[in-house]
Amino acid sequence: MRRPVSTVVGTLAAMPAPNINTDQIIPSAWLRTATADLGNGLFGSQRYDEAGSERPDFILNQPGWRNARILLAGENFGCGSSREAAVWALVQFGVGCVLAPSFADIFYENAFRNGLVAGVIDADAFEDLRRAAAAGPASYAVDLASGTITGPDGTRWAVSVPASRARALMRGDDEIAITLAMQPEIDAHFDRSRAATPWLFPESLMERPSR
Amino acid sequence: MASTAPLCAHVRPGFNPSLGPAGMTGVPALTLFEKIWDAHLVRRLDDGRDLIFVDRHVLQETTSAVAFENLKRAGRGVRRPELTLATQDHIVSTAPGRDEATNPGGRELLALMRANAYRHRIRHFGVDDPRQGIVHVIAPELGLAQPGCVLACGDSHTSTVGGLGALGIGVGTSEVEHVLATQTLALSRPKPIRVRFQGRIPPGLVAKDLILRAIGALGVAGGRGSAVEYAGSAVEALPVEGRLTLCNMSIELGARLGFVAPDEKTFDYLRGREFAPRGPAFDAAMAAWRSLHSDPGAAFVRDVAIECDRLAPQVTWGTTPEDVAGVDDRIPDPASYGDAGRREAAAKALRYMELAPGVPLEGLPIDIAFIGSCTNGRLSDLQAAAAVVRGRKVAPRVRALVVPGSMAVKREAEALGLHEIFRDAGFEWRDAGCSMCVSINEDVAPPGSRCIATSNRNFENRQGPGSRTHLASPATVAAAALAGRIVDIRKEARA
Repeated sequence: MRRPVSTVVGTLAAMPAPNINTDQIIPSAWLRTATADLGNGLFGSQRYDEAGSERPDFILNQPGWRNARILLAGENFGCGSSREAAVWALVQFGVGCVLAPSFADIFYENAFRNGLVAGVIDADAFEDLRRAAAAGPASYAVDLASGTITGPDGTRWAVSVPASRARALMRGDDEIAITLAMQPEIDAHFDRSRAATPWLFPESLMERPSR
Repeated sequence: MASTAPLCAHVRPGFNPSLGPAGMTGVPALTLFEKIWDAHLVRRLDDGRDLIFVDRHVLQETTSAVAFENLKRAGRGVRRPELTLATQDHIVSTAPGRDEATNPGGRELLALMRANAYRHRIRHFGVDDPRQGIVHVIAPELGLAQPGCVLACGDSHTSTVGGLGALGIGVGTSEVEHVLATQTLALSRPKPIRVRFQGRIPPGLVAKDLILRAIGALGVAGGRGSAVEYAGSAVEALPVEGRLTLCNMSIELGARLGFVAPDEKTFDYLRGREFAPRGPAFDAAMAAWRSLHSDPGAAFVRDVAIECDRLAPQVTWGTTPEDVAGVDDRIPDPASYGDAGRREAAAKALRYMELAPGVPLEGLPIDIAFIGSCTNGRLSDLQAAAAVVRGRKVAPRVRALVVPGSMAVKREAEALGLHEIFRDAGFEWRDAGCSMCVSINEDVAPPGSRCIATSNRNFENRQGPGSRTHLASPATVAAAALAGRIVDIRKEARA
């Protein structure tokens, strides 16, 4: 059971460039152990200089945006490496929702598995929010039930999360538990597959290594 | 783009609704993707996704540790360990004669991979095993990947095995855990698209040049949500290892899957490999594999043609793989892009790369030449590089390294004497691993250095903080190592 997520409320920060890749989101320096402080490493190459000091011009280092909860990004956010640490880094930093015109496929799947809302917005909403975020830090609210983001003055924009995905987030579904309930069906599929295409499962493979 | 190269890609808009010849008999014409996907469909889920059976699951040390930890916490086991294979590739040292302790920074994840594999009785080909290598190099070479199978791995370049006509699905760690626990994946069904490489590949050019050209034409998001079938006369002419290279970089198109229909070359490649079927089973398999192609008239959401006849060797100039041009081109002027976002991104890329618009790619001085990775770390890649290097020397002050994609590739190369050619020229001859493609081990390009590499990503800081990467084919990288600058291998051949 994951923690259910229905709303994400907090400061909106804009990183509107397209094609922000997962190497940028979490550089490989933070992937060398299983226990790194990924929140600290979020956007590490842009956030810190060679000496490890914060670069003051980077958005998440600026007063008002240091505790951003919602990230506005450009097209194809999360492209490149499959590293799920990119999602973990966002979540551990405190980001609960990324809004973008589109997401890379693997990142999108990884996000939902960790309760990170990946919401698709249209071009007009992207422009409006980009401009609003540039004006200064302010609090916004993303609501999954209504599929909206609401600005400080009450303005609303549509946030697209497939209904079934939104429900799963709000319930805090454990996807593995759901699939395990289908185990008999999965086993039946395997038996049929083994009978129909036995070459896929040769003895050299099916014999497990001894200890 | 500002390139002076003839525009050799055009998009045939087109959804072809006809059922084609197969349709006349009432049987719908299917794409290769649909044939394989549907054969693995356990159930369509209520949320519209498909639950897909996974025939093979390949693990590597950096994306599986947390999956095993979560599995343990939930009190769950590994459903089909016999269909699972683990190796160590990302964080291993590539120093000749290395072990798990040679790169101290890698010890924890390497030990976890070994312990998790042992606990669940999963095959583990670690650095002490002669079969160790990069996941996407060993899966084909062991015959683990086969035409028509679904193979999952916690790595974005898993589509590599598409070169054998398999569906290779790259996933994150939660999905690795899902496969471990259930031997399935819940996925949105990708849309079938086709990229046809037409004409003949010019001498000296290889699959790497083809796929870089396609990425330049379609962009890094061009394949989002798609299953890409590579076809056309140039693909048919490619050897199997070239097809693996082609499919490897599908993720750089943003695609979920990339594959090539299997043919006689595929079957010849697989015969006799450790996990390939044997004897009569192989013949039965071959008969079935022959039906693994898209039916005439099958519908693709998008069908793109790329002409290969006049293709130049491709080299990237920027910080995404779509920032690519012919080696005889000049660095484009960001101002030439119509799209404001693209303009800004290109200008930023040139600042990072310390390059000016209008400068020819040919002649750019380089500091490091890296030959290896899951893209170009196979025997034919090393042979192509060695053919350029033979009897010559690496330029002064250039660090040049060859990192075979697997220990089997290393042994085969040594049997052919390639290691002598490389070493005599001044190349390092290392052990197998991902090395300077992901630079998560000790193989790092220093800040400000310019590296020409056979790998797959030229992102900022990819090969080390502040490093600059130019992607190219093995022959182009080898030639650059010798000249100390980027050169046009076609001129070298004529000289």
